Amino acid sequence: MAQEDPHSAGSEPTGSESTGVSRRTFIKGVIAGGVAVSSAAYLFRNSPLLTGGSARAGTVERLVGLTVNGQTRRVDVAPHETLAQTLRYKLGLTGTKLGCDRAECGACTVLVGDVPRYACSVLTHSVRTERITTIEGLAAPDGTLHPVQQGVVEEQGFQCAYCMSGFVMSAVGFLRKNPNPTREQLAHGVSGNLCRCQDYDKILTALERGAELSREVARG
Amino acid sequence: MATVRDVIPPFQLLQPSSLEEAVELVADRRDDAWIIAGGMDSLDWLKDRTKRTEAIIDLSQVDELRGVRELDGGLEIGAMTTLTDVAESPLVRERFGLLAEAASLVASPQIRHQGTLGGNVSQDTRCWYYRSGWTCYRAGGNTCYADTPSAINREHAILHASRCVAVSPSDTAPPLVALDAQMVIRRGERERVVEAADYFVGPDLDIMRMTVLEPGDLLTAIRIPSTWSGARFYFEKVRDREVWDFPLVNVASAIRESGGRIEDARVVVGAVAARPLRLTAVEQGLAGQLLNAQTIARAGEVAVEGARPLRYNGYKVPLMRNLVQRAVRGGPLPASA
Repeated sequence: MAQEDPHSAGSEPTGSESTGVSRRTFIKGVIAGGVAVSSAAYLFRNSPLLTGGSARAGTVERLVGLTVNGQTRRVDVAPHETLAQTLRYKLGLTGTKLGCDRAECGACTVLVGDVPRYACSVLTHSVRTERITTIEGLAAPDGTLHPVQQGVVEEQGFQCAYCMSGFVMSAVGFLRKNPNPTREQLAHGVSGNLCRCQDYDKILTALERGAELSREVARG
Repeated sequence: MATVRDVIPPFQLLQPSSLEEAVELVADRRDDAWIIAGGMDSLDWLKDRTKRTEAIIDLSQVDELRGVRELDGGLEIGAMTTLTDVAESPLVRERFGLLAEAASLVASPQIRHQGTLGGNVSQDTRCWYYRSGWTCYRAGGNTCYADTPSAINREHAILHASRCVAVSPSDTAPPLVALDAQMVIRRGERERVVEAADYFVGPDLDIMRMTVLEPGDLLTAIRIPSTWSGARFYFEKVRDREVWDFPLVNVASAIRESGGRIEDARVVVGAVAARPLRLTAVEQGLAGQLLNAQTIARAGEVAVEGARPLRYNGYKVPLMRNLVQRAVRGGPLPASA
């Protein structure tokens, strides 16, 4: 793969002009080639995750059918891989963010079944039989946003928004069990998510709007 | 602080699908496998490369280990029951509300959705010297870095330290000890039942373990007898932030009264010693007493007798005293008290 040795394309002795591969076209090629593959190659370049460390007897079957956002996708999952890594680097679902990688910030929150969990702190194999929903799976196929997403848009809830997908997934999971929460209950529901911009007041207003829109959708 | 690196070092992953298979695997691989329930404690050790393992036995597929059942008038809670399920179980809430309360105050919603009751009572200590990989007594070395003149030891023990000053971080352990719960442990064909109070181990007994679990053992369930059902319960946890944080001190109590007089009491405090501390002297002092200001004050004083704070955790002494008084009283003390 070109991206494993980027210098071979960009630093030909004759210069990129003469080879016809400019830095720009090279980068375009990498992007077209798939974000998933390129980031996986970067992240796991010396790891048995990609080099196919051999599975010993009694261990889990690496090739699994993972149901993500309603679609079952075949994916090669290493035994020590976290769900966040599988989603981001194998399936290209980079809407799930990694903040702390230690279950201490909530940026990686996804739904496992209907339940918000930290994707950074669960082994993919532990949840391989579950339905997984990420931020990419919330909007309808025609592009209509999920009511909670719509609430975020309407109220401009976030500043830098790195924590947004985690907050939205937590709120969606919480609202499925508690469709009519007070502001305080909603705050408790998303208390497993941090915002470094300290935008909590706006975030709660946006999520409250999301809850309201969700109830309107449910009423039809 | 945790450093984000690329991936967890590789290990072999074993996923038993039934209890019998799990028990067999745990026994067979007792020398090189690490058992994970929710994995909330375990994965951090591995990510930080402070501890390593050849193999992991992941209990996530063993459905028999989940759920709350009625048993002889009491309850049996599977070790893999999540903290959310414990907190929301109608049976637990109705009979042993303090356990539901404690479970609902653990960490954050996402952690409670994954963390289990068995894992919460079996987790390792949070002493940050130990968790950062310092070769302390608990890690097999010959010193305690948290008990030196310059050590930062705000979270550490004020009672029963023995070389190691780490504390038990569990929120569900004190209620379980207060309720006279029993831990059901399987090793191969053999099942043994250990009283919750004896499940937790202090450094005087074994400085490298927090519980009696040995390699080859599997905690399968926690039984709560009907003994304290209907008693007056109290649980309170004090921490820095209202989410995520482990307790600075927590307290659980179960008290039976009759005509304003205390018949019998259990008072257990967490995060002040390496194991949840049942305050038997306080309990004995309470038995037969009228529940009045004097009894409450006395309970608080007896609770902290012998406390030996370190440089930065002196605040735990009045905190523990006040929490014990609240636990006996069943709520905040009147302003004048």
